[in-house]
Amino acid sequence: MWDDFLIRALFAGLGVALIAGPLGCFVIWRRLAYFGDTLSHGALLGVALALLFEVHVTAAVFVLSALIALSLLWLQRHASISSDALLGLLSHSALAIGLVVLAFMTWVRVDLLGLLFGDILAVSWLDVGLIWFGALAALGFLGIMWTSLFASTVNRELAEAEGLKPERAELLLMLLLAAIIAVAIKIVGVLLITSLLIIPAAAARRFAPGPVWMAGLASGLGMLAVTGGLLGSMTYDTPTGPSIVVMALILFLVSLTPIASRIQHRIRHAKIAD
Amino acid sequence: MQPTPLVTLNQAGIQVSGKWLVKDVSFSVAPGEIVTLIGPNGSGKSTTAKLALGILKPSQGQATRRAGLRVAYVPQQLAIDWTLPLNVSQFLQLTGALSREEIHDAVDACGLQSPLDAEVRTLSGGEFQRVLLARAIAKQPELLVLDEPVQGVDFAGENALYQLISEIRDALNCGILLISHDLHVVMAQTDRVLCLNGHVCCSGTPTAVAASEEFQTLFGLRAENQLAVYTHHHDHEHASTGAIQPCEDHHVG
Repeated sequence: MWDDFLIRALFAGLGVALIAGPLGCFVIWRRLAYFGDTLSHGALLGVALALLFEVHVTAAVFVLSALIALSLLWLQRHASISSDALLGLLSHSALAIGLVVLAFMTWVRVDLLGLLFGDILAVSWLDVGLIWFGALAALGFLGIMWTSLFASTVNRELAEAEGLKPERAELLLMLLLAAIIAVAIKIVGVLLITSLLIIPAAAARRFAPGPVWMAGLASGLGMLAVTGGLLGSMTYDTPTGPSIVVMALILFLVSLTPIASRIQHRIRHAKIAD
Repeated sequence: MQPTPLVTLNQAGIQVSGKWLVKDVSFSVAPGEIVTLIGPNGSGKSTTAKLALGILKPSQGQATRRAGLRVAYVPQQLAIDWTLPLNVSQFLQLTGALSREEIHDAVDACGLQSPLDAEVRTLSGGEFQRVLLARAIAKQPELLVLDEPVQGVDFAGENALYQLISEIRDALNCGILLISHDLHVVMAQTDRVLCLNGHVCCSGTPTAVAASEEFQTLFGLRAENQLAVYTHHHDHEHASTGAIQPCEDHHVG
């Protein structure tokens, strides 16, 4: 049953899950869930604009998401608008404008369902290569900036006072979020991207004895969700993107049972032993 | 001969949307010196500390730190969210890795009771303050900035913490900028006190400040009785009566 397109889908999904783990942890820790939603809804507008001006879709989405992320960052810092309301306004306006622009372009045939819920089976080997190259590069950047990014997540002023550079780290986080959204559209679609970031990270929380552990476990659980979701969608003929999210949700529910704290306990003791 | 100060504020002030948070603040902290900022809530104590740390940029005057200064900061608000799995050892290494020895020294110095793998979130208020302090001193700072380090700590613990802070100063010979709303507990250890209320109201040795008219106006009756009774309500009506007399001639230069 493992056809070529399935293997491509699997590798693409695993690559995205790998980097979604640590990024998702930061989304949770910094309470950026709604922020991620806004970016991903804005991505639909990016797709529409890319089709309108006939430029590369992923690149266009990345540029637009990055612009939205940076302007939101600036607005939150400098304007005294309640960011909750601001995000809600932008998020759904971007989604609506994207849909309207797409509807106007009667000359392009757009797989709207694919955009909204993902079309992982349509990825090419080039996509897979790009995803893995991007994911490994992103992991490298995160590794270099980890201390600064994590310390400023715990307390920004403390990090700044002690000579770490929170601005640089936050800028990197925003660009990485924009990048993962640009590539994850194909995997789970505009509406479900945030779930790929948040659910594995939330599931990892109960297993993890530390922040780095949580990031790693989130990657692992995300990969498990991708594999399980793909298999499930083949077996039961369900849409692939939503199946991956459902699988991730099942893993999260498992994390709520006592199994999770037992595993956390075991990891902690294994660590003390060595 | 005076050693080079670690940090110097020179007529520093900061204005946010037309309102001065603090204005004309001048002081410096030298190695081995404890400088305490006191004042009612909203008097700009934390803002002044942030100017000294470089977190806020002065819109007037200068705030200069010695080049390459090793700083440790204990902020006023630090809450660890449930979503963050963080134990004591990981928290101590928040802004940089430490050797096993450095961790143990800091833990011993602060008298931490909890095991290193205890989740920070589960600690009591007093124990958490000790963890914050241990984290700050573990990296052997030259300048230590403590913003109300005794919050959520009972009276006995409060005295013990101030005692500890003075021991840290002796051990590391670091400069300490301390923010407190209680003058009487910190008196014994402090070298210099700045009484703030949007500007420097008065400054000097703790005894001189406690005896000054400006201080007594600002803090009211409690200041006069400060050595007699301990009250836990720091911010009572005298701070907001508007009867505060600014005393521009007492600025330190």
